[in-house]
Amino acid sequence: MTLSEAVFVKPEIAYGRLYPLLIVFAVAIVGVVVEAFLPRGLRYSAQLVLSVGGLVASLVGVVLVGRNLPGHNDGTSMGSIEAMGAIAVDGPSLFIWGALLVLSLISVLLFAERRLEGGVTAFAGQAAATPGTEAEREAHLQGVEHTEVFPLMMFAIGGMMLFPASNDLLTMFVALEVLSLPLYLLCGLARRRRLISQEAALKYFLLGAYSSAFFLFGTALIYGYAGSVQLADISTAVSSRVGSSALLLTGMGLLVVGLLFKVGAAPFHAWTPDVYQGAPTAVTAFMAACTKIAAFGALLRVFYVGFGGARWDWQPMMWIIAGLTMAVGSVFALTQTDIKRMLAYSSIAHAGFIITGLVGTQQGLGVGANEITSLQAILFYLVAYGFATIGAFAVVTLVRDAGGETTHLSRWAGLGKEAPVVAGVFAFFLLAFAGIPLTSGFTGKWAVFTSAWAGGAWPLVVLAVLMSVVAAFFYVRVIVIMFFSDPVGDGPTVAVPSMLTTIVITAGATMTLVLGVVPQPVLDLARQAGEFIR
Amino acid sequence: MSVPWLTILVALPLLGAVGVMMLPRNSDLPKQAAFAISTAVLALSVAVALQYDVDGGFQFVESYPWIESFGARYAVGVDGLGLTLVLLTTILTPVVVLASWNDAEEGRWSINSFFAWMLALEGLAIGVFVATDVFLFYVLFEATLIPIYFLIGGFGGARRSYAAVKFLLFSLFGGLVMLASVVGLYVVSANSESGPSYLLADLMAAEMSQNTERLLFLGFFIAFAVKAPMWPVHTWLPDAASEATPGTSVLLVSVLDKIGTFGMMRFCLGIFPEASQWATPVVIALAVFSVLYGAVVAIGQNDIRRLIAYTSVSHFGFIVLGIFVMNSQGQVGSALYMFNHGLSTAALFLITGFLIARRGSKMISDYGGVEKSAPVLAGVLLVAGLSSLSLPGLSPFVSEFLVLAGTFTKSVTAAVIATLGIVLAALYILLMYQRTMTGPVRESTKSLPDLGARELAAVAPLLALIVVLGFYPKPALDVINPTVDTLLERVGVSDPEPTEAIEELD
Repeated sequence: MTLSEAVFVKPEIAYGRLYPLLIVFAVAIVGVVVEAFLPRGLRYSAQLVLSVGGLVASLVGVVLVGRNLPGHNDGTSMGSIEAMGAIAVDGPSLFIWGALLVLSLISVLLFAERRLEGGVTAFAGQAAATPGTEAEREAHLQGVEHTEVFPLMMFAIGGMMLFPASNDLLTMFVALEVLSLPLYLLCGLARRRRLISQEAALKYFLLGAYSSAFFLFGTALIYGYAGSVQLADISTAVSSRVGSSALLLTGMGLLVVGLLFKVGAAPFHAWTPDVYQGAPTAVTAFMAACTKIAAFGALLRVFYVGFGGARWDWQPMMWIIAGLTMAVGSVFALTQTDIKRMLAYSSIAHAGFIITGLVGTQQGLGVGANEITSLQAILFYLVAYGFATIGAFAVVTLVRDAGGETTHLSRWAGLGKEAPVVAGVFAFFLLAFAGIPLTSGFTGKWAVFTSAWAGGAWPLVVLAVLMSVVAAFFYVRVIVIMFFSDPVGDGPTVAVPSMLTTIVITAGATMTLVLGVVPQPVLDLARQAGEFIR
Repeated sequence: MSVPWLTILVALPLLGAVGVMMLPRNSDLPKQAAFAISTAVLALSVAVALQYDVDGGFQFVESYPWIESFGARYAVGVDGLGLTLVLLTTILTPVVVLASWNDAEEGRWSINSFFAWMLALEGLAIGVFVATDVFLFYVLFEATLIPIYFLIGGFGGARRSYAAVKFLLFSLFGGLVMLASVVGLYVVSANSESGPSYLLADLMAAEMSQNTERLLFLGFFIAFAVKAPMWPVHTWLPDAASEATPGTSVLLVSVLDKIGTFGMMRFCLGIFPEASQWATPVVIALAVFSVLYGAVVAIGQNDIRRLIAYTSVSHFGFIVLGIFVMNSQGQVGSALYMFNHGLSTAALFLITGFLIARRGSKMISDYGGVEKSAPVLAGVLLVAGLSSLSLPGLSPFVSEFLVLAGTFTKSVTAAVIATLGIVLAALYILLMYQRTMTGPVRESTKSLPDLGARELAAVAPLLALIVVLGFYPKPALDVINPTVDTLLERVGVSDPEPTEAIEELD
């Protein structure tokens, strides 16, 4: 549609399909109002009830919408394009929404944890106060809390839900910003070690802004190539090979920079360790799990729907990115001495494994009836990784000394003796990251590797396997430190959390085990999600 | 509805492990419970063995869908090979529990966890030997690493955590390389008409190109070679065996390492017959080198436990040699060797473990004249040692002879070189015995107590089995022979005809 043809019509919004998304945004806005009008003492409980209630309502909505999803394209896939072509409500969107909402529901409990910091949340009392000043001390003494984190988080979740469901590049860009801006803020709100937290926020913001610019520039070039920002139109243009392929390739390349940045793939991964380390651990957990899901959802949609016809152009690039990301993540993690940085590099390595699945088989591209598809594999992997990573970061919040969380690896020595259950659960998460069977990590790895191999990328699978060995080394190293080393000095203490964090860790560990032993229900769900619609 | 024997056999020790963890600390109860459970498992496995029909192929088969998207099933069943190794596992576990009665006291953790890990290991190992679905096999194969890792790392010598990590990394390397092949198998089977399946029977029927078959074979073989262990990927074994407690070493070398050679027979030969034939020359060369290398290095060891570890490298060389000479004598010999080596090495580890516990040193040079102060200990060590050097009349002789006989028909050169391994075996065992047991009594060994009733009770069944199977190996051979015949048929080779017919004697 070009401008000259444009007729202004009243936009039609299918509220019946979009309400899960709208609920989340509505709750976020109500949360802002709550901040403005409710007395300070009531805000925490009001925000917590609102967020949890909103997420649950939205989750119920996702299930209801999913049950009545119309057939599309002669019934080969399901879903419909809503909001004047801006949002695709299809199987993969709904699966991602569901996964995001469940994981956010867990994360929000982590945000709300108050017992660990002696009755206040882990977020800065007064973010505006300069670190180390009297104002900060006063805010701390008065037990001031920033309950704004809840609406911020809800905005981020809303953006995350919109991101993979966007059916045109502009909506996708808006969603990218909506999910990023609250995250930049949240990263800078740590109660302890505020300077490093603010540094993380600034780095994330600057690099994130650059990458958004890349995305936008890519969008412009693609528009120049295809004459539209709609993924379906781009797909048509790509298939018929109209226009200059230089525009297409440059545009695609720039677009992918923005997406790979959010995913945390090399060579756009540099922000990950700093931000993961500096951000409040609850935010790190939320980011690591949910941003990854949303960004991979968007990446998949752009490549499978928009650039599906240019598969041979982007596949070599993705091979290189996948290999590089795995290698960088695994090798650099070896040298880390901080547990949060190590988990950050581990998340980079996992991003590499997931991209391996991206180059795999797709439905309609010579896949047998019962064969696993790469979309199914990646969706499963994202869910499995999300639960394990939130659980692992939740454990990180428990290991403390006088200065708050103690994340240096040497301080974790002897944890297995001090707190066998906590250390055991953490070891279990590490084994899942390493991909040991009977954990979700193994099932996920198996799924992406299989789809990659079936798509002809067996050299990449062999590389991934070798990188898994390297990665296993640093996971095992942490287990050794926890269980086989003697504590230095006083040793670590493990704080007793409230119900909230306990629920988070239990949910993470349970799902990691369940997805490792009986993954079939979730695999089925991912299969039923079908394919993206255009 | 028939009784799910094998599932019970796998589940009982695993549930037992959970139960043992829940028992009160600081009492003898966990040990007694572990012993009772492992004895019950032994009784069950004997019951299975008695019902086993030697000519019936895979038996006690159970098969249920597990992860349909992956084509994975929970499918178990035993053939002769699996049955002997299940029996080996169930025999050794109570023996090890009994022998390790006091070994966990100095560990970092409670004795509950020590015995619980052992039971968990037993359950998983049995599962590995009975799995007839490659995916299930792989899952259990990797899962066995966790209990043994904590057993090595949590209980044992000063450098145990180094040894545990080294072991784990080698194993994970092998395991993940195999994962690539397992993934490849899925793709192969997904392209067949019946859709994705990991059942051994389906994979045997699957068609694959020559290159694919060879690549996938390599993935499996590397994993099994690390596990077995073969030169040059054996270096984790001496460290692990030397640092772990004797009981852990027994489970590691006698049971878990058998998964390597078991896997070569069941999966490498079973699924990739053509590729196995293709690899034969290289594998035989590596195996012969392992035989010699292990033996020569063993002679030079001063640490008793490392010495036994290197003898195992040598013995595993024989086992791999027998498998890849691709004739019935060699493979029957290897299958029997796995069982016998398990018994003989277990006896060696446990008896030297008793000795080391008495004196507190692993060094041969710290001993001398022990036979004067502890004659029974010296006696059983001699029997165990002689079985390790394959003295006729003891069970390892039968298997070693069969392997060498099989090798002769394949390659005289390999057989001649491998036979040197026997000569060297006599050297390393007898030198070790001479330096520790004979000679003048040392001040430090003068008052070493002899074996107690518990210790004797632990090793007696092993020595009895070694002697009985040495004179009468028929029951074991009857179980193994049909399985090997089926396997060779699958590989497509038949035993060569004798070159000269023997004249009939009137």
